[in-house]
Amino acid sequence: MPSSVVAPAKDPAEKRTGGAVPVHSHAPARSLPRGLGSWASIAWFLVPALVLFLVFVLAPIAVAVHTSFFKWGGIGSMDDFVGFENYTRLFADQVFLGDMGRGLYLIVLSITVQLPFALFTAVLLNQKLRGRAVYRMLFFAPYILSEVVTAVLFTMIFLPGDGMADHLAGALGLEGLQGKWLADPSTVMPTLFVVMTWKYFGFHMMLLLAGLQSIPREILDAASIDGAGAWQRFRYVMLPLLGPTIRISVFLSVIGAIQLFDLVWVMTAGGPNHSSETMAISMFQFGFKRYQVGYASAISVVLFMISLVFSLFYQRYVLRRDLSGAVTTGGGR
Amino acid sequence: MNARRTARGLSLHAVVWLIAAFVVVPLIYAVISGFKSTGELTTNPFGLPEQWKTGNYTGILGDGMFWRQIANSAGIAIGTTFCTLAASAMAAFVLARYAFRGRELFYTLFTIGLMFPFAVAVLPLFLLLRNFDLLDNPLGVILPQAAFGLPMTIIILRGFFRTIPAEVEEAAVMDGCGKFRFFWKILLPMARPALGTVSVLAIVASWNNFFLPLLVFNDPKWQTIPVGVQQFQGQYSTDYALVLAYIVLAMVPALAFYVVAERQLIGGLTAGATKG
Repeated sequence: MPSSVVAPAKDPAEKRTGGAVPVHSHAPARSLPRGLGSWASIAWFLVPALVLFLVFVLAPIAVAVHTSFFKWGGIGSMDDFVGFENYTRLFADQVFLGDMGRGLYLIVLSITVQLPFALFTAVLLNQKLRGRAVYRMLFFAPYILSEVVTAVLFTMIFLPGDGMADHLAGALGLEGLQGKWLADPSTVMPTLFVVMTWKYFGFHMMLLLAGLQSIPREILDAASIDGAGAWQRFRYVMLPLLGPTIRISVFLSVIGAIQLFDLVWVMTAGGPNHSSETMAISMFQFGFKRYQVGYASAISVVLFMISLVFSLFYQRYVLRRDLSGAVTTGGGR
Repeated sequence: MNARRTARGLSLHAVVWLIAAFVVVPLIYAVISGFKSTGELTTNPFGLPEQWKTGNYTGILGDGMFWRQIANSAGIAIGTTFCTLAASAMAAFVLARYAFRGRELFYTLFTIGLMFPFAVAVLPLFLLLRNFDLLDNPLGVILPQAAFGLPMTIIILRGFFRTIPAEVEEAAVMDGCGKFRFFWKILLPMARPALGTVSVLAIVASWNNFFLPLLVFNDPKWQTIPVGVQQFQGQYSTDYALVLAYIVLAMVPALAFYVVAERQLIGGLTAGATKG
């Protein structure tokens, strides 16, 4: 569930519940641990999570950094120290630079096409519309399917010659597209993006719907009374109030695009001729197919640095104003 | 006025229908194609099958491999959920309800985990698992998945644990209840809705994971459904109808689970993302 990766932030629970919270970051605690016994029992509660986290989340990062300084095939002793050579090679590699460009391409399309589409659908389903609960459930359904199942489904649909897409293009007089789709470097990225939109727009729609539903009725009514039309209500009331949700949605799209693997690996394996390769695919190719594990580790580290820098930057400058008193609250309870 | 309203309602419906078609047509295409032969798929791509062939579906359902993959996926999902929940609930409990030195540091450490995409860690994770001798072992998938599930689960559970009034705990302590008994006998049962939400998220994440099982399991007997789907496609790449039937059957458990757990799932995802 890559898309549920979100920015860490202070939990707003304390604001929502007011005085009901017993312990609070700076407030004096009621049950301050006294003596060693208490400390030990707290440690006992923390240890399982801490161990899991250190061993399987933090240690791999350290291993990747270490390995990235060696030329290593993956087996035997790691003794060929090469310094930053893997990194210099990486940033001279046209395919890897292309990977970053393609990541950016998907991010830009997600924000300029998929997000507005999701927003449009959310606004549509926020109205009184017969069967809207069914539509909502339907539009979200692709999100539940694994990327692999989605990828195989669309591989079949975009199959050159026999796929549904080719038949459809023929019927619509778009013969130029026939046989291309995932098979041609000029069309593979847009096609991939269509599949991503199919799978993910419903998730963003749900986020935005939760945001829309948390906008108090009275504000919209007041705007109507002041003579605001439907468009003005949307542009000057809903859109600003949806700001925090939209910013989260953008964050998730970016993180998703940075680590995209399953969908692309199954549909094209990065082809034809690297034209749909992503950073994660490059890493996999070098690490597990070509046995250049040191080099692949350097890719992992760069991938990590990109997500880290982006997350920190985004939280510091974009999400900061949302962290206190975001308009959206959880739909769960 | 009335006519205009009707016209507006109609066009609204037309737009929604169009979007619905975009979502549903690929799925229906797959279901119907599964009832055709691959030959018919070429000659009659859109129509209903001339004769409904059930052989593709029954053939897969009669194959032990398919059920094996379903069972593997289910077992790994349950194991992952159990580990994530146990470790997270304990940590979230002390992080939510006790003041101790370094508490915020620990909490921040866990939340930092949200910034690590799984794809980043997968190669060094593979090297580690190989050292631990956890390849071709379900624990090699369960433990990392549980670890990567911790941040989100701890955030959601800590938020929930904090909403339980201190008076409840004071009353329990007054009655001679220790920390662990309070956690186990009172807090966890009270937190059932939140536990439900995080379980559903963990199950779905585990069920759909592809990258890690692909690397960890070499032996086909451990393959999970996503890996199985990919292998099947590779193996029968020219028998399109059969491949489509396979993915339709692979979708069924996920969609059934969605229908049952829709509220927790959507609630959890939107809460997790916006609350973060």
